[in-house]
Amino acid sequence: MNRSKWRNVRNELFSNKWGIAAVIVLVIFTIGAILAFLAPYDPNKLNVLERLHKPSAAHWFGTDDYGRDYFSRALYGGRVSLLVGFTSMLLATTIGVIVGIASGYFGGWLDNVLMRAVEVFMSIPSFLLLLLLSVLLKPSVTGIVLIISFLMWMSISRIIRAETMSAKEREFVLYARASGQSSLGIIIRHILPNLMPVIIVGASNTIGSAIMLESSLSFLGFGVQLPTATWGSMLNNAQGYIGQAPYMAIFPGLFIFLTVLSFNVLGDILRVGFEPKLSRR
Amino acid sequence: MRQLIARRLLQTIPMLFFVSIVCFAMIKMAPGDPVLNFVTPSMHADDIERVRHNLGLDQPAYVQYFHWLKECLTGNLGYSLVNHKPVLGQILERLPATAGLVGISIALAVLLAIPLGLLAGAYRNRWVDKLVNLLAYIGISIPLFWLGILFMYFFALKLGLLPSMGMRTIGKDSALDMIKHGILPCSVLTISFLSSYVRYIRSSTIGQLKEDYVQIQYAFGSNQTAILFRHVTKHVLLPVITLLGLSMAELVAGAIVTETVFTWPGIGSLTVTAAKGMDYPIIMGVTLFSSLMLMLGNLAADLLYSVADPRIKQTR
Repeated sequence: MNRSKWRNVRNELFSNKWGIAAVIVLVIFTIGAILAFLAPYDPNKLNVLERLHKPSAAHWFGTDDYGRDYFSRALYGGRVSLLVGFTSMLLATTIGVIVGIASGYFGGWLDNVLMRAVEVFMSIPSFLLLLLLSVLLKPSVTGIVLIISFLMWMSISRIIRAETMSAKEREFVLYARASGQSSLGIIIRHILPNLMPVIIVGASNTIGSAIMLESSLSFLGFGVQLPTATWGSMLNNAQGYIGQAPYMAIFPGLFIFLTVLSFNVLGDILRVGFEPKLSRR
Repeated sequence: MRQLIARRLLQTIPMLFFVSIVCFAMIKMAPGDPVLNFVTPSMHADDIERVRHNLGLDQPAYVQYFHWLKECLTGNLGYSLVNHKPVLGQILERLPATAGLVGISIALAVLLAIPLGLLAGAYRNRWVDKLVNLLAYIGISIPLFWLGILFMYFFALKLGLLPSMGMRTIGKDSALDMIKHGILPCSVLTISFLSSYVRYIRSSTIGQLKEDYVQIQYAFGSNQTAILFRHVTKHVLLPVITLLGLSMAELVAGAIVTETVFTWPGIGSLTVTAAKGMDYPIIMGVTLFSSLMLMLGNLAADLLYSVADPRIKQTR
């Protein structure tokens, strides 16, 4: 992972108008989520007199069926959705990287055990497992993050395992081993830096899917408990008022869509940037 | 060949075994004592113990596991906690609605994805490719429930063209009526399958066009259309088999969200209703059933793949 690689990625990102758009969208949403406390209204404050108002100067995104300001709810909802997506990605990537490196570097029985575990997890449809666990455990936001990451580390660990196996045979690793470095030292100093591109691309794709999983779960009414808003649960609520207040369905869905789209675009650009061999799309 | 089938089947069995252990562990994790379902206020403590004994719940966990496994293998996936009907029966009752909906969507998606993917791959970076790519990106990133709600709003509420809910109009029992109800959920699912298939087919077309046989055909004077649709198609169809194999599990529970949006009476809405009522034997049954389908689908894909392309060595 040297400087020229980073320059490649940066060039790829900023010479691509989709890449710039994705970065701008994500920056705006992140700032919105961080500064949600500046929202004009309390997101959970009921005001029955003002229910189902159309978007206006006072309520930018209108109000929902309880008269809550929809713009404020969207800000706070974004905070939860992005936070769940981001932390699940961190955790899932960490588990995936640890399992993948352990499996690929040490091989043998450890590899066998870990890869069988990966196969078992991959043979259970993850959305069903997610639904089941959230019914059985009634998790908090932290719980949902744990469950989602628990279901998403497998594909990363497979890629990392393959990359580790090839990295481990490269000369610099062989030299490091010959010069008597410990396994842990070799992994941290030589293998891990070489895996960074794969890890970053995998992470970027994971965050999009994590946000999608959380939104689907909240849309079905499981996920994060009410009255805390997430984009998914706002849509769940909006479905009942689609005739009178279509804007209630349009805003949160649009935000989920734009976020996931941006992460997917970013993931693909990063992949091309890290591996110029993999000819441009 | 026979050896290969035998080996793959043998590999599937321990996998099934492990998946069943994971599922059983989940059942054990479920809150609440199942004995309480059978307890009436007039029962004594030793009556309750007898019920516990009759249900086998006083046995160690591994004995309970084997008992449960035996029941599963004989087709008894337990009983719903809500209406006390057998789980398997309820799943099978709902299966046609889901399998029909998802099956048709997958078929449509494949039929559309093959020409689109081929064209996008052949005319790389031209407008066809850019359009297909853009649509595929949108299709992959759009939340299906949102797409469903938007479709419902425009086509059912605004334009009044199509019904928005259920599978049949009450009192009507015609095929046309069912098709009309199916159009919206089917389009949503088709879009989602299509977007991932098309990217796959596009990239494998790009790979195929670099192969020697394509150059040879050019040298023989074939034109591009002929090469694309006569020769490349054949090779591109191979990975589609794998995709179809992986989609087997989707036939069971691949439409949870879409079915919920359109209140389609399939396994997806059964699962969500069960989840709302804490009826976990049903969710467990659906999970087991679709895990089985997923594994069988993988197995079928591997076998078909090696029949279709004998060069592939089975390494796994």
